[in-house]
Amino acid sequence: MEHGSLTDSKNSTFCLMDEDHTLANSVRFLLNKDPRVEFCGYSIPHPSENKVNIRVQTTGDSAKDVLKESFQDLIFLCQHVRSTFEKSVADFKSTQSRQEMNGA
Amino acid sequence: MSETASLNMQDIPQGQLPEHIELQRARVFCKADAPVHTEDVEYSGAYAAVGFDNSLQVDDFRRDFRVEIKNLSMDDIEFDMIGIDASLANAFRRILIAEVPTMAIEKVLIVNNTSVMADEILSHRLGLLPIEADPRLFDFLSENDTPNERNTIVFKMEVHCKKRGPRLTVKSDQLKWLPNGSELLMESPNPSTKPRSFTSFSCSQASLPQISGRPIGMKHLDIIITQLGPGQSIELEAHAVKGTGKVHAKWSPVGTTWYRMLPEVKLLKEVRGNDAEKLVKKCPRKVFDVEDVGHAMKKAVVSRPRDCTLCRECISGAGEENIALRRVRDHFIFTVESTGALPAEVLFTEAVKILEEKCERVISELS
Repeated sequence: MEHGSLTDSKNSTFCLMDEDHTLANSVRFLLNKDPRVEFCGYSIPHPSENKVNIRVQTTGDSAKDVLKESFQDLIFLCQHVRSTFEKSVADFKSTQSRQEMNGA
Repeated sequence: MSETASLNMQDIPQGQLPEHIELQRARVFCKADAPVHTEDVEYSGAYAAVGFDNSLQVDDFRRDFRVEIKNLSMDDIEFDMIGIDASLANAFRRILIAEVPTMAIEKVLIVNNTSVMADEILSHRLGLLPIEADPRLFDFLSENDTPNERNTIVFKMEVHCKKRGPRLTVKSDQLKWLPNGSELLMESPNPSTKPRSFTSFSCSQASLPQISGRPIGMKHLDIIITQLGPGQSIELEAHAVKGTGKVHAKWSPVGTTWYRMLPEVKLLKEVRGNDAEKLVKKCPRKVFDVEDVGHAMKKAVVSRPRDCTLCRECISGAGEENIALRRVRDHFIFTVESTGALPAEVLFTEAVKILEEKCERVISELS
C-alpha cells in the first residue's frame, strides 16, 4: 500500500490498487492545492496493471495524514456537488411542472 | 526594520493577481493557430510572490460552486457545473462511462438457432440491448455465486418463421421476461435426482416488493436483432447480470457523456458597418448579431457565445485582432445521455457517490 522510507514520514509514495486516473488525478489536484504539500504527482507504472503510484512530499507534516485529509476533502466536495445537483434538479422539475400547469 | 520582497511592486496590489495573469488563470485562450495557456496552475503556492493564495478551501468551494440545469428529459440532461476543476469533472465523466453499473445480457443458452446469424454474433447483439431494470436492486454475480433472483434476470425468446411465408424480422420485443428464472434443465449425471434448472430462484422476481411495481423488460421494443427466412427458428434463453462499463461497453449506462468548457467570445474593438456584416456572415454558428446604433451605423454584438464551437473562422484572416476567443476554465457544460436503465440525473448522483466510495475505501486502507 505504502512505500517510502521508514525514517522520513514527510516524503512517501503510495500505491493504490484497482484505481486509475479517475481517483488519482482528482486527489492530485486536491493535494497540489494543499499549502502543506511541496510536491505531488502520480503515475501508472504499466497500463495493464490496475494500480497507481501517488507521490506526496510535504513541508513537514506526515505525507500519509495529508493524503488522508485530501481524500476526506474530496468526499466533502463530492457531497456538496451531489446536494447542489440534487437541489438544482428538484428546482428545475418543480418550475417545469408549474409551467406545464400554467400552460394547460 | 521592514523587509521588502523583491517582487513587491507598488503598482501590483497585494493579494490579487495582475489582470493578465488572472486572465491566464481563469481562461483558456483560443488563438488562430492553436490554443494557449491550456494548462491549469494547480500548485497552491504558485502566486505566493504577489501574495495570492492559490490553495483550495472547502468552504470557498461550497460558496462558489453552482449547478444550473439547462435541459432535462426522460433520458438526457444538460447542465452547467460552475466553480469546479477539470480533474473532478473528468472523474465524474469517467465514472459515468465505465463504473456506474447496469444490467446486461451476459449468458445466452441457445436451444435452437437455424437462422443465418451465427450463435456468437446473435449473443453479442443480445448483450448490447438496453434493459429497463434498476441495477441498484441487484447484486453482482461473482464467480462462485449461483444465479438467483437477486443477481440474474432471465429472458426467453422463441421465434419461428412460417414455411412459404414472408421473411420475419425479429425485434427486441420477442424477448420475454421470466420472473421465475430459467426454464431449461441442466443435464444431471444421476438420472434419479430431480434435474435442476440453470438458475435457482427462491421466489418469483415479480413478487419482490422493489420490482413488483415496475416489471422488467427491454427499454426499446423495436430494436432489430436478426431476420429469419421461411422455416428458420430461434429458441434461446438470455441471462442478464449486473456489470460495469470497464468490463464491457454493454454495461455502460450512458450512450455517451461529455463536457465542454463555456466559450467566451469578446470583441476587443468595436466592429462597425461592413465589417460587422462580414463578421456575422463568417460565423457558421451565428454567434454574432448586428445592432443598429443610430445614425445609420451598425455594430456587431456577441449574442450567442454558448453556441460557439471555437471553429476559429472569425479569427482567421482580416479582423483577427478584434476578437478574443476563450474558454472559461471552471465552467463546464455537462451532458449525460442515458441508455435508459436509470434517468440521466440519477446516473450523475450515482457517479458522484461512487467517487465518494472510492475515497472511503482508500481512507480505510490508509488507517
